[in-house]
Amino acid sequence: MPATPTSWLTPATKMGLSIALATGLYGISFGALAIAAGLNLWQTVALSALMFTGGSQFAFIGVISGGGAASAAFSAATLLGVRNAVYGMQLKQALRPGARMVPLMAQVTIDESTATSLGQASQSERHRGFWTAGLGVYALWNLFTLVGALLGERMGDPAAWGLDGAAVAAFLGLLWPRLKSAQPIIVAFAAAVVTAFAVPLTVPGVPILITAGCAVAFAVLTGRRAEPATEHGDLQQVDQEKS
Amino acid sequence: MSELSWWLLGACAAAFALKICGYFVPRKVLDSPLMSHVAATLTVALLASLVTMNAVTSGQELVIDARIGALAAATIALVFKAPYLVVVLVGALAAVALRATGLAA
Repeated sequence: MPATPTSWLTPATKMGLSIALATGLYGISFGALAIAAGLNLWQTVALSALMFTGGSQFAFIGVISGGGAASAAFSAATLLGVRNAVYGMQLKQALRPGARMVPLMAQVTIDESTATSLGQASQSERHRGFWTAGLGVYALWNLFTLVGALLGERMGDPAAWGLDGAAVAAFLGLLWPRLKSAQPIIVAFAAAVVTAFAVPLTVPGVPILITAGCAVAFAVLTGRRAEPATEHGDLQQVDQEKS
Repeated sequence: MSELSWWLLGACAAAFALKICGYFVPRKVLDSPLMSHVAATLTVALLASLVTMNAVTSGQELVIDARIGALAAATIALVFKAPYLVVVLVGALAAVALRATGLAA
């Protein structure tokens, strides 16, 4: 990044580092819960190094620990990863990366790097925010996953350490910033209700798929009724012709 | 390798494929207002579903235990604009405190 020599600790890198620390430490919880769910050390380490997207990783071990099938764990994790495709699209627009950087960028395309990057005002800060948060979270998340997995075997029940409470708080903390207007709040409550109703009726891993299906249907219905964005008026027409 | 390991590696490959496919989408499609509306709604719904599953479910059962206290404590921390790490710690501490005092399972 062609930054001036004195300016590497910019607002974007500071935000990226603090997010990396907050999220990375939470890798302890993932490592411990993965072992408690019945995964071995290598499976736990592989999830953090290769999958590297917290929500999907927790969904995977959540289904396994709930007694669900491996295929249901695959489905839940993959469905939760769909949002990363959306992040990739947004980052492509914001950062305009060269083709050679795309595979590396893709691996660290997660909630935290996307949020840090898109929150910045200038192009160079967006780049710095993305890489600091992305690589910072990657390093710490993997390190602390290993620590948690090794401790986890001796920690016994993660509930005794409040790690199940930490997981609830962690997901709420990711959801919270998105609840800025009436519609997302309604969507969040509706999703919670649908999930709660689906849990006793279906096998673990399926409730989240049902909730996602309802959300997409709702978004398509309300999206049609939304005012066409004037700056994309021509694209809106193309869209309507196709559908 | 066990069946679980194959599904796990497959899920890792799928996660990367999803991440990188976003970078291959033509800009014209990205600009579709419907697409971004669906994406935003789906993200909120998925996160809310995860909060619910982590807070009140155990397998196929709905359970009220110390985790609901963690949810309430985390909400209060977020209302007071606590940093993310503090929110997570508050959730853990609330669950530990409720169990230690015997107020919740």
